[in-house]
Amino acid sequence: MNGESKPLSRRLVPYWLMGPGLLWLVLFFVIPLYFMARLALESGTLETGFTFSWEWSNFSDAISRYNEQFIRSFVYAGVATLIALVIAYPLAYAIAFRGGRWKNALLFAVVAPFFVTYLIRTIAWTTILSDDGVVVDVLKAVGIVGEDGRVLATPAAVIAGITYNFLPFMVLPIYASLERLDPRLIEGAKDLYSSPRAAFMKVTLPLSAPGIVAGTLLTFIPAAGDYINVLFLGSTNTSMVGNAIQSLYLNLRDYPTAAALSFILMAVIMALVVIYIRFAGSEALMGEEEEAT
Amino acid sequence: MSRAWKWLRYHGVSIWAALAIAYLLVPIALIAVFSFNDPEGKFNYIWNGFTTEHWTNIFGIEELTDAFLTSLRLAALSTIIATILGTMIALALVRHNFHGRRVANFLIVIPMATPEVVIGASLLSMFLIYGISLGFFSLLLAHVMFSISFVVIVVRSRLIGFDRRLEEAARDLGATPMTTFRTVTAPLLMPGIIGAALLAFALSIDDFVISNFTSGTTVTFPLYIFGAAQRGIPVEVYSVATLLFAVTVLAMIFVTWQQRRAEKLAEIRPDDEDETGLSALASGREPISSTGSAA
Repeated sequence: MNGESKPLSRRLVPYWLMGPGLLWLVLFFVIPLYFMARLALESGTLETGFTFSWEWSNFSDAISRYNEQFIRSFVYAGVATLIALVIAYPLAYAIAFRGGRWKNALLFAVVAPFFVTYLIRTIAWTTILSDDGVVVDVLKAVGIVGEDGRVLATPAAVIAGITYNFLPFMVLPIYASLERLDPRLIEGAKDLYSSPRAAFMKVTLPLSAPGIVAGTLLTFIPAAGDYINVLFLGSTNTSMVGNAIQSLYLNLRDYPTAAALSFILMAVIMALVVIYIRFAGSEALMGEEEEAT
Repeated sequence: MSRAWKWLRYHGVSIWAALAIAYLLVPIALIAVFSFNDPEGKFNYIWNGFTTEHWTNIFGIEELTDAFLTSLRLAALSTIIATILGTMIALALVRHNFHGRRVANFLIVIPMATPEVVIGASLLSMFLIYGISLGFFSLLLAHVMFSISFVVIVVRSRLIGFDRRLEEAARDLGATPMTTFRTVTAPLLMPGIIGAALLAFALSIDDFVISNFTSGTTVTFPLYIFGAAQRGIPVEVYSVATLLFAVTVLAMIFVTWQQRRAEKLAEIRPDDEDETGLSALASGREPISSTGSAA
């Protein structure tokens, strides 16, 4: 549409518009990643200083020292993502198809947790799950938790916190895909004598798949890197890779190991995302569909 | 039995949704309630009695107030910068065709798909190597960076639904490109831009992870909470958090209202090629030009 006939000055307009913002992203996102990669290959200690020496062993060291935290991160994030999906899908469905004039209010309730500081809402959960709180009392009465058992400082508490904190990321994309769905398609299926269940399985669910894919990614990625929930709801026995990175960087100041660990985390997440998108075969990731405009 | 089953099968989803909404809101209610607590010890975990002391004295703790003001300043500055840069990118992406758009799209999406801890760690790596001192300035650099992508996404979605015939009409009526932008494009885009700015502000004021890595000795509101958590969080934190929540809710309602208004404005478009629509624009009897002149 933008022919080559346009004068150079006009063709440069988009670059001028994007330039400053993209430059900012390059300077403070891309280049820092390069420096982190360099740091990950340095050797030395805080006292002697660090020097660049292609120290690949930092990576294998980091994995062998922190493989437990790694596995925990991905297991917790995976479980939390699944629970979030189970909670979010019916919720999104109800808002999209039964919300009526309450739709906006309900959507607002979904994002409301974001308007309370992350740390505060996590701390609120420490009150809810505290040893002499109602939740623990009920769980004790039903026998899920033993007499002197507790919920805080267990993996369950960490997973519950993660699920809560990232649930809106799951609800919103699923809602968006259901909202776009043409209800006549479902009616059509029913007119053709499909049972409500079959109509759901063959029409609604497949058409909302892009929302599910986007939602699970938006939940899983921050969940895998999270360390706040462990700090407040967990213990050293539930620490995740984020906790290791944080303490290596900010307390122990073992920068090379910390950088190597961050890189591995990012690489593993990217790899999982790529595999997942291939597997789910979705065009759902942002931006692609709008390119035609 | 079968009737009960049918009822449950239809309403099950709604009941589940109601429970999920309750789950989402319970911690918020708890925070609001506990801002009126009169705790016995240092820890505000057990309900002990009602008091409004921590509301009347909401800015009584100097460190907390300082941290909160730092957060507000940081959020305001980073929001302004990120909103301008992000809106410009969105304009380029939607309005222009150019080489390298895939790269640009990729560059915008990838920070959102990177765990915060990695962003914080990598920024700290760079600041360490360059010997940039950590503080308000390094926080600002970081906050603008992670806000830009979100601004682009929000403004772009608004631009895609933009009826460009409105601009063409203004041009046909002799408006210069600058006037068209000022009187047609900007007012119609404003709700999207305000929405994006609000999001950037919320992201900034809420950020703990990236700030934890890039703050040095500067203390923001979340960093203060984190520091206070070990020795017992003062009840005033709950009050400030509740206040912040209330203000954000009001701002959200305002933006929604603005958006509705803009959608109404955009509806008076020239549907056919007849002159009625255009004359409506030309006579300026509809708010497009009136908001324009007010701006």
